[in-house]
Amino acid sequence: METKSSSRSDVSEVLSDKEEYKFGFVTDIEADVFPKGLNEDVIRALSAKKKEPKFMLDFRLKAYKKWLTMKEPDWQYCKYPKIDYQDISYYAAPKPKKKLESLDEVDPELLETFEKLGISLDEQKRISNVAVDAVFDSVSVATTHKKKLMEQGIIFCSFSEALLEYPELIEEYLGTVVPIGDNYFAALNSAVFTDGSFVYIPPDTISPMELSTYFRINTEETGQFERTLIICSENSHVSYLEGCTAPQFDTNQLHAAVVELITLENAEIKYSTVQNWYSGDRETGAGGVYNFVTKRGKCVGNGSKISWTQVEAGSAITWKYPSCILQGDNTVGEFYSVALTNGLMQADTGTKMIHLGNNTRSSIISKGISADQSNNSYRGLVKVGKNAKNARNYTQCDSMLVGDKCGANTFPYIETANSSVQLEHEASTSKISEEQLFYLEQRGISRENAITLVINGFCKEVFKQLPMEFSVEAQKLLTLKLENSVG
Amino acid sequence: MLDIKDLTGGFDGNEIVKGVSLKVNPGEIHAIMGPNGSGKSTLSKILAGHPVYEATGGTVTYKGKNLLEMDPEARALEGVFLGFQYPVEIPGVNNAEFLRMSYNALLVNRGEEEIDPLDFDEILDQKMKTVDMDPKYKDRFLNDGFSGGEKKKNEILQMAVLEPTLAILDETDSGLDIDALKTVANGVNRLFNKDRALIVITHYQRLLDYIKPHFVHVFSDGKIVETGGKELALDLEKNGYDKYIASGN
Ligand SMILES: Nc1ncnc2c1ncn2[C@@H]1O[C@H](COP(=O)(O)OP(=O)(O)OP(=O)(O)O)[C@@H](O)[C@H]1O
Ligand SMILES: [Mg+2]
Repeated sequence: METKSSSRSDVSEVLSDKEEYKFGFVTDIEADVFPKGLNEDVIRALSAKKKEPKFMLDFRLKAYKKWLTMKEPDWQYCKYPKIDYQDISYYAAPKPKKKLESLDEVDPELLETFEKLGISLDEQKRISNVAVDAVFDSVSVATTHKKKLMEQGIIFCSFSEALLEYPELIEEYLGTVVPIGDNYFAALNSAVFTDGSFVYIPPDTISPMELSTYFRINTEETGQFERTLIICSENSHVSYLEGCTAPQFDTNQLHAAVVELITLENAEIKYSTVQNWYSGDRETGAGGVYNFVTKRGKCVGNGSKISWTQVEAGSAITWKYPSCILQGDNTVGEFYSVALTNGLMQADTGTKMIHLGNNTRSSIISKGISADQSNNSYRGLVKVGKNAKNARNYTQCDSMLVGDKCGANTFPYIETANSSVQLEHEASTSKISEEQLFYLEQRGISRENAITLVINGFCKEVFKQLPMEFSVEAQKLLTLKLENSVG
Repeated sequence: MLDIKDLTGGFDGNEIVKGVSLKVNPGEIHAIMGPNGSGKSTLSKILAGHPVYEATGGTVTYKGKNLLEMDPEARALEGVFLGFQYPVEIPGVNNAEFLRMSYNALLVNRGEEEIDPLDFDEILDQKMKTVDMDPKYKDRFLNDGFSGGEKKKNEILQMAVLEPTLAILDETDSGLDIDALKTVANGVNRLFNKDRALIVITHYQRLLDYIKPHFVHVFSDGKIVETGGKELALDLEKNGYDKYIASGN
C-alpha cells in the first residue's frame, strides 16, 4: 500500500514517539531477599519467617513434593527459554524499619512508589469507594479502609495477616478451588507463595466499596507468587479490582499467582484485572514478566454468580485462563477479556466454563488485539457435565490485527456429556481498517484519536463491565500501548 | 477557493485521474457527472487525502495553501468535507460522541473552547430535525447496521453539524427515497451561502432540480471532458455519455 507523497506517515510512525512504559522505574529500598534457589529448607524458612500455622507449612510441602513430579506445560502457543527455577529468589520484602502499627509508619519511600503509580494509600486522599491492599514484591505493605469494612464484618487484609488472624477460614477454603496439584505453576505457587489478599464477605452483605489489590514487582531476580482468596457468603456481593506493574529490567521476572473465588448461595463476585506488567523491549524482546496465573472461581451455592473481567496489556508472556466451576444450580459464569499484545509479546489466554449444576449459564466475550510481531491466542473450554441439564453457553471471540506481522489464533474446545445443552459460538478476525481511520480523520479527528476510537469501540462490551474508574484507566492504557505500536 | 491544475493520480501506480483542472469559487455549486468507474470517487479521495490514493502530478490549491501537503484531518479542520459514497461502519463508536469529538476538533482548531456535552446535544437535536432524522440515531454506533439511505442521511447530518467551507458530496443522492432526497437537498441548500462551495457528484439530474448547480462537468476516463450549465445535465439524462466516451473504450 502506498502512502501519500505528502508528509503523511503511517500509523506506527505517527505514534512511535510516544511515551514508553512509564512504570519502569525501580524503587531504591533495602530489601530482605532470600538467596536464590528452591528446596524444602527454603520453604520451611519462608513459612517460619511468616510465623505460619502448621497446616500451612504442610500444605506448602505437599505442594512442593507434587511440583517436583510435574512437568512445565508446553501446549500453549508461546515460546520462551527454559526457566531455571533455582536461579530465582523466592522471597523479597522491603525491610520494615520496625513493626507497623498504622499507615503512618509505612516507609515513605514505599508510599511514594505507590503514589507514583497513581495508587494513593492515604485513606484521606483516596476516592472514598475503593479500598486497597498494596503488595510490593512478596509482601503486602498496606491495606486501607480496613476498619470501615470491619464494621460490616467484611474482612479485607493481606494473606499473611489472614493466616494469623483467621486460620480456620483459610484452612477450610484454601486449595478447594485450585487444588495443590492442579497445574505446574499452581503447584509451585502453593509451595512458595508469599502474600496476597484475603477477602471474606459475611452473609447478606453488599460491600460498600470496591476492594482492590495493587501488585508491584520491584526486585530484579525475585519471583512473585501471590495468593488471593475471596469468599462471598450467602446473598452477598463484592466487586474486586486488581492492578499490576513492574520495573523495566533486561531479565525476566516470573509471576505465578493463584486466585481462588468462592460464592455461596445467591452470592456474586465480580473480579476485574488490569494487567500492565512490563512486557519487555519492543524491538529486542529483552526482559519482561512471565505471567503464569491460575484464576478460578467456584459457584458453590445455587443461584450464585462469578464474573471475570480482564484487560491484559502487559507481560512478555501471558498464560492465564480465569475460569468458573458452575457447581450450584442456576449459577452464572462470565468472562470478559481484552488482550492486547505488541512488540514481541505472547499471550495465550481464555477461560474454562465447567457446567456441573442444572440451568447453569456462561458467557464468554473475548477481544484480542495483536500488533507488531506479537502473538495472541484465545483458548477456551466449555465443558458440560452429564448431570448439568439445560446448560447454556454463549461465546464470542473477536480478533483485530494491527499490521501484518502479528498473529491471532483461537482454540475453542467444547466437551459435553449432556444433550440438553445450548451452545452458541461467534468468531471474527479483522484488520484495523484504514477506511475507518480515514473516515474519522476526514471529520477532523486526529489519527491518534481515531485509533483510540476504533479500538475502544472494538472493546466496548468488555470495557463497560469494568468499574468506571478502571474503565477510563484501561482505555488510556490501550491507547498508550497502541500509540507505541499500531503499524 | 479551490484550484485544481492538471491533477493526476490513483492507487498503487494505477493512474485513474488523468489530468483534471477545475476552479471552484466561493458561492459556486459544481456538479460532476460521468460513467461508472471513470474516477469521480478517486478524485474526491485524492482531494480529501485518502492514504491509498496518491497524487502523481499537478497541483491543488485550497484557500491559498497546497492541499496535497496537508494531513487528512488538517484538510477537514480547514473546512473540507467529503460526503462518502460508501460511508464505513464503525461498531462500538457512539454516533453522537463521535460527532461531538469532531465538532470539538474544529472548535479547538479555531482556538475556541470545547463545547459542553449538553449544549452540543441541543445543537445536534436541532440539526437532526433539519435532515429529518430520529433522535434515536444519536445512540446508535456510527453507521453500524444503518440502511443505505440512513448512512447517506448521517453524512448530511455530519455536514450540517460541521458546516464545511467546501463540501464534496459523492453520490449522496443514491440510496435515498424521494422524500429523503428532498429533505437532504433542502438541508444541503440551507448550508450553502456565498462564502461556501459545493461539489456534487451524481448520476441523476433529479438531484440537480433541488440543488441547482452553476456548472455541470462531464467526467470521463479520468478527465473533465465537457463543462456547461444546468442544461448539460438534462442533455446527459436524455442522451447518455456515448458521445463523451473515447472510442475503443
Ligand atoms: N482501491 C482500489 N483498488 C482497486 N481498484 C480501484 C481502487 N480504487 C479505485 N479503483 C478502480 O478505479 C476506477 C475508478 O473508480 P472510482 O471509484 O473513482 O469510480 P467512480 O467514477 O466513482 O464510479 P461510480 O460512478 O461507479 O461510483 C474503477 O475502475 C475502480 O475499480
Ligand atoms: Mg464513485
